[in-house]
Amino acid sequence: MTPPTTLFDKVWSDHIVVDETADTPAVLYIDLHLIHEVTTPQAFALLKARGLKVRRPDLILATMDHSTPTTPVHSIRDLAVVGENAARQIDKMQENCAEFGIELLGFDSDKRGIVHVIGPELGATQPGKTIVCGDSHTSTHGAFGALAFGIGTTEVGHVLATQCLLQRKPKTLSIRVDGRLADGVGAKDLILAIIGKIGVDGGTGHVIEYGGEAIEAMDMEARMTVCNMSIEGGARAGMIAPDDVTIDYLNGRPMSPQGADWDKAVARWRSLKSDDGAAFNKSVTLDAAALEPMVTFGTNPGMVVGVNDPVPGHDGDPSFKKALDYMQVTPGKPLTEMPVDVVFIGSCTNSRLGDLRQAAKILEGRKVADGVRMLVVPGSQQVKKAAENLGLDRVFTAAGAEWRESGCSMCLGMNGDTVAGGQLSVSTSNRNFEGRQGIGARTVLASPVTAAASAIAGRVADPRPLL
Amino acid sequence: MQALREIRSRTVVLPVKDVDTDQIIPARFLTTTTREGLGDGLFYDLRFNADGSRKDDFVLNRPEARGAGILVAGNNFGCGSSREHAPWALLDFGIRAVISTEIADIFRNNSLKNGLLPIVVDTSTHAWLIENPGAELTIDVAASTLALPNGRTVEYPIDGFARYCLLEGIDQLGFLSQQAERIAAYEEQRPWKP
Repeated sequence: MTPPTTLFDKVWSDHIVVDETADTPAVLYIDLHLIHEVTTPQAFALLKARGLKVRRPDLILATMDHSTPTTPVHSIRDLAVVGENAARQIDKMQENCAEFGIELLGFDSDKRGIVHVIGPELGATQPGKTIVCGDSHTSTHGAFGALAFGIGTTEVGHVLATQCLLQRKPKTLSIRVDGRLADGVGAKDLILAIIGKIGVDGGTGHVIEYGGEAIEAMDMEARMTVCNMSIEGGARAGMIAPDDVTIDYLNGRPMSPQGADWDKAVARWRSLKSDDGAAFNKSVTLDAAALEPMVTFGTNPGMVVGVNDPVPGHDGDPSFKKALDYMQVTPGKPLTEMPVDVVFIGSCTNSRLGDLRQAAKILEGRKVADGVRMLVVPGSQQVKKAAENLGLDRVFTAAGAEWRESGCSMCLGMNGDTVAGGQLSVSTSNRNFEGRQGIGARTVLASPVTAAASAIAGRVADPRPLL
Repeated sequence: MQALREIRSRTVVLPVKDVDTDQIIPARFLTTTTREGLGDGLFYDLRFNADGSRKDDFVLNRPEARGAGILVAGNNFGCGSSREHAPWALLDFGIRAVISTEIADIFRNNSLKNGLLPIVVDTSTHAWLIENPGAELTIDVAASTLALPNGRTVEYPIDGFARYCLLEGIDQLGFLSQQAERIAAYEEQRPWKP
């Protein structure tokens, strides 16, 4: 009898072109390569220098999201707003895709958006696939039971040229979440609590598999939020076994299998789960019912507390103290006393339709506090259109928020959407690193409902009284 | 990639945990389309004030850091994004090895592909290195050892294939390209197609 194996083991072994040995890593086949403008130009340059072709342009999904403006832009002529270098990078992306025969979902495409939003939305992300991108939040796609992880630009070149990567097999970490999340507590709060528990390096060297009642009860958007931030716990990938929720989500999407192929695919997807008794290198369990809305108080996503809880002391740890000083927070006091300057709803973590609906529900009939700038940036042009069809854009603008085109935007501030030095931002993005949203910007990570409640209150706020 | 057999250099110590890639090279420097010149942006917001003036007290700005090719940093160095601009910036600045008690996965992979040596040491060796900034170290890549000026020699873990590539200056794309026939056979034989 074959020993029980994990979901990760099954997807890994299905993609082995050449087995790993003591001397050499495995050659792993890649089913879907997502590319964007920031981490590809040097990879294409490498191919050109060696006279190499792109092996499988048909397995590439290309878009532009990081350097792109989110102020309404309908033609390339408007790009001056993002600066000369970013404009050159965008030109280069268009040139490279044209030269290597890759279809680019660019400015003229209504399918454009954040790469981790459009992959699932188009049905390109599927259970059992290996998916890579020169972007650490590629872990998002693991929500479908894919093995998905971020790579560097040299490896982007490897995949372009050979459709394969050289990889050592990672270890596995099981995270089981029992019970159900309370009202006002969502996927973002759960993943922040998980990172707070395991630490920002707790998953290093591991692929996480999330399971348990709370995960099974989530829709796909919530599962993507959880898997998205696996990398913030140090794990390159996070996976969730596909089930009816996954299959229903994919049914009828433009790039999903059709007809008889769909039935075959569904049968295969249903076999993708960890066997009973499969061994993991590490295991962690959490109780979902005990969780509250979570907010970060420091400069990494593991520095997190319940929204009404006091900020912990540094206990003589200089790195911890440095983070508290940067954030200008006081140990012993909760964040709810801190005035907010900026609220950002967006990013590959929380920019999908469900995120926007939840935030809009809080904002409906209410106003963003005086002096607070609120930016709502949908994850894709499709999300934008769907939100506008529901009238969400009007809820946001009536409340005093800005409604934007899709893109990464203020998550990393490389397109001109930045937070000013010293300002406090409550953000639904994934990283509260020093300077991430702008030089000297202070970032509090939170869920869409906590961000919306904070915009109304003008300080960090518990969303539950507004539900 | 150039062959890397030995590094003899002084250390510069940044005793901070969880140094992320946004600190190593802020996102606004990522609009470049080449690998060159990123050293100017290395640790930019730690090295410079908002008005562009230098922060003289930051370790990499101090006179004794000049020429130091080995960076000793706190636990979990290089966490965060997959930007290969981080090792490119370190190398362009003159850093050839990074030593910590833990190095984030993607950063480590990216470093090895560019000839920047990521070294993980035990906590007592790390504590000694933190307490002795400017120590002159000798790193023997073939032996995977680190010789400290106090006479101690410490072995560090490294994947054998990565070490071979460093020693020979081999670029992994060449190795991968040699597998073309097996890749084609895999594509042909697999029971389902992506």
